Amino acid sequence: MKCRKCGEPAVLELRRHNAAFCAPDFLEFFRNQVREAIRKHRMFTRDEAVLVAVSGGKDSLALWDVLIDEGYRTTGLYLDLGIFEYSVESKAKCEKFAAARGVPLLVSAVRDEVGAPVPVIKEVTRRPPCSGCGLSKRYLMNREALEHGMPVVATGHNLDDEAATLFGSVMHWQTDALPRQSPALPSTHPKLVRRVKPLYRLSERETAAFAFLRKIDYIVEECPFAKGATSITHKEILSRLEDASPGAKHNFLFGFLDRARPAFERAESVILNECARCGQVTTGTICAFCKLADQVKRRQGEGHANHRA
Amino acid sequence: MKVILRNPRREVDVAGNRRVKDILRELDIIPETVLVICGDDLVTADQVVREGDTIELRPVMSGGGARSR
Repeated sequence: MKCRKCGEPAVLELRRHNAAFCAPDFLEFFRNQVREAIRKHRMFTRDEAVLVAVSGGKDSLALWDVLIDEGYRTTGLYLDLGIFEYSVESKAKCEKFAAARGVPLLVSAVRDEVGAPVPVIKEVTRRPPCSGCGLSKRYLMNREALEHGMPVVATGHNLDDEAATLFGSVMHWQTDALPRQSPALPSTHPKLVRRVKPLYRLSERETAAFAFLRKIDYIVEECPFAKGATSITHKEILSRLEDASPGAKHNFLFGFLDRARPAFERAESVILNECARCGQVTTGTICAFCKLADQVKRRQGEGHANHRA
Repeated sequence: MKVILRNPRREVDVAGNRRVKDILRELDIIPETVLVICGDDLVTADQVVREGDTIELRPVMSGGGARSR
């Protein structure tokens, strides 16, 4: 198999593009896709400070690598979820990456902010672990960006992530979720920063190949709580579809973004308030994060009381 | 050849010189769900892996191992 650009032996075939690339031309293809995402959606400028949410996985570290090389002003944010050895290892990968490139890394621990790590939150709330984890991540990413004067948070969501989320929303016709699915969400309140996904044009396999070829030391083992998650089931279904029909995931997501999403945008706007407790943005009086922290504190109090009795 | 699989990490032996696409088919793995790594290189589906080589099938999907068809 030959590289489509230079004719040298290829290292990666991209069936959805009916192409194969050698390593240097693939890396350039990858960077071009990120550049196009940033340009098309005006995600951020070179004058703006960008907070890059990093997990230690291939996607977020590949994103940070590209943005650093492109000359953007970036700071990493690692959220320590307290998920046993997985969190210890993934934090070490982020710290090593940041130190090697001489870029700043912020670390925030869910245990300190909510009162308990994700495994305990899962027990307290009796909900899937991804629920409390996702809520905490969104809240802390926004708050850390605000506190450090950064107007935008970039995450490593890729084409597969976005297609799987869209698939889940459509399966349940969550019409309120569909307008929020976008590569770039603007700030709609002074206390909400922009959220952007510069990898949305690239598949999971492409980000993995980029990370490997760039010799990025990322955590290959995934979160122990991800097994059995609905989003993984959706990814499996879409991968089978992609295998049978290359480009299926791309067409599903890009067709939605180009043609269907505008139809779901609601005319009425949501009223945003500031949480009476923490001051962050919420649609109610007390935000979901503060309610979660209250719930953790209450249950732990009950636990201590029972223990004493 | 030795084939290394992840999540959970395990090894399987496949006999003879084989094309990557045939190895994946034999192991019932969707090509789009893995990177095929031989030493420091990525290898494409049409390449032949020789008896005595070691390849790694590294899952690319967040949340788990290689996916079967």
